[in-house]
Amino acid sequence: MVNVQEQKVLLEVQNLKQYFSVKREKLLQPKLSVKAVDDISFTLCEGETLSIVGESGCGKSTTGRAILRLDEPTAGKVVYNGKNILDLSKKDLRTLRGELQVIFQDPFASLNPRQTIQQILSEAMSIQNSVQKELRKDRMRELMHLVGLPEEALSRHPHEFSGGQRQRIGIARALAVNPKLIICDEAVSALDVSIQAQILNLLKRLQRQLNLTFLFISHDLSVVRHISDRVMVMYLGKVVEIAPKHALFNQPTHPYTRALLSSIPVPNPKVQKERILLSGDVPSPINPPSGCRFHTRCPFATELCSSKEPETVEVQNGHHVACHYANDFFSA
Amino acid sequence: MTTIQKTDTLAVTQVLGAPKESAWRNFISQFFRNKAAVVGAIIIAFYIFIATFAPLLAPYDPYEIQLENKLQSPSLEHWMGTDDKGRDILSRILYGSRLSMGVGFAAVAFGAFFGILFGLIAGYYGKWVDSVIMRCMDVLLAFPGILLALAIISALGPGMINVTIAVGAFSVPLFARIVRGSTLEVKQLEYVDAIRSLGAKDSTIIFRHILPNILSPIIVQGTLRIATAILSAAGLSFLGLGAQPPSSEWGTMLSGGRDFLFSAPYIAIFPGMAIAILVLGLNIFGDGLRDALDPRMKN
Repeated sequence: MVNVQEQKVLLEVQNLKQYFSVKREKLLQPKLSVKAVDDISFTLCEGETLSIVGESGCGKSTTGRAILRLDEPTAGKVVYNGKNILDLSKKDLRTLRGELQVIFQDPFASLNPRQTIQQILSEAMSIQNSVQKELRKDRMRELMHLVGLPEEALSRHPHEFSGGQRQRIGIARALAVNPKLIICDEAVSALDVSIQAQILNLLKRLQRQLNLTFLFISHDLSVVRHISDRVMVMYLGKVVEIAPKHALFNQPTHPYTRALLSSIPVPNPKVQKERILLSGDVPSPINPPSGCRFHTRCPFATELCSSKEPETVEVQNGHHVACHYANDFFSA
Repeated sequence: MTTIQKTDTLAVTQVLGAPKESAWRNFISQFFRNKAAVVGAIIIAFYIFIATFAPLLAPYDPYEIQLENKLQSPSLEHWMGTDDKGRDILSRILYGSRLSMGVGFAAVAFGAFFGILFGLIAGYYGKWVDSVIMRCMDVLLAFPGILLALAIISALGPGMINVTIAVGAFSVPLFARIVRGSTLEVKQLEYVDAIRSLGAKDSTIIFRHILPNILSPIIVQGTLRIATAILSAAGLSFLGLGAQPPSSEWGTMLSGGRDFLFSAPYIAIFPGMAIAILVLGLNIFGDGLRDALDPRMKN
């Protein structure tokens, strides 16, 4: 298990906010915004895998995109190796981008259909100048081996590959610039289960070999359980719980985490499991509930929950929960 | 515990199949299934052939005035007859194809160049840049094409180059709109984000990753616009604003023949037919291209 204190912090996200303004329907209507990510903070240590889980629309992917500045965040700090990414000039950001890479969800949309694999990889290398010109050919072959594709793949176009193979190409492209941190945005969600396993194992092996750090965004809890060191649970733009994997899966504390974990299917028909069913829909992020955002669906909500936003409590070493009754739930 | 098997089946277990049929092959077979489009392509090829080899094909000098031969009906010597100054109409049409088609292609090239540039910038940067550019395009679009061209020519003065600019100018907003729409669509694809996260410059993203992927609608629109441009240019020449006599531009020839519509209709009929057939060819060719390249645009 990873001890947070002992490791070097690679990425620190502080009070990150990402609001998207909504188009006004009437002229004098007050300006509304979708609070996709609302004031979240977390750290990521070198060499670890932190997963972000939550249902769709909770701000997982938005967080990843904001860290990479693919969308400009509204407020907050993203400190990478001591530098705030959000303060960097366009030029400095371009240079830094080589260290932060991303693997996308849709393997059919993430490769330019008009380029061959060779062009895709050599362009990545030339943008960042990560490999000398004379060595690029060798490096490309090496990358193909690294991600488990034959060398002949280099001269092909993306449409000649299957989804899993394309995902490997996407990984090769990310690796072409020798990154330190890779954000996997639902990287295996679009794949078949057997291919998912292959890609996850590939990612794990690459992490060991190249000492990579992963921010793994997923809605699939079994995938998260397989790959993570730590897990962060998000609900409606907020972090509700963040803990080392075993602590989170064995001792989920926040009522939302408990509900989420109870939805994992158990591959054993004899086990009677306790399902926590939440009522109602996720409230709109345009006008989120007051106090604790989960209080509208929380079976344990009290007066306090609807009036005051909960502080984040550390219930155990490295296990943080944003709930007024975190300590009660934890010991229970 | 987990539903995931821990098998690291990597490497060459997934052998690649034979190369799949290329997009180009697919396009060709699609296109040739459409008989009308093939006819259009043949017509265009024929006109391009004529324009290229006009000096070799023309039986007479198109500008040589032979008053003794004026207003002759079509005959074996003069297949399309002669005009009021005794010039051979066939030779004039052959030479005129260079002018008429030249104006059409040049005007569309001009319109497409600026339209694509504006469309890409508006679509890629969005926000106020988009609003400013597209509102300007809307203003251009609000004028009927020929009226806008008339205004531009009255400002610049008559002549072939000015006609080209005028006709090109009203193609700009059409290209800008199509390109902007396609850019918006391609921009949100993940490979654009991927290339951005690699640190590519905006110009690289726009011209190397977005433009090549939106070419189909541009080509289709370009082909259809050439037809309109030729027609507009001929119209302007007919009104005396474009090519000036004794030029053998088809619009100018039509204009010259309008006084003899009853006594010698062939003076106007043949250049008119030349225009009509070319425009028809371009249109059905453009429709065929659209169906093969960009099936979504089909109504």
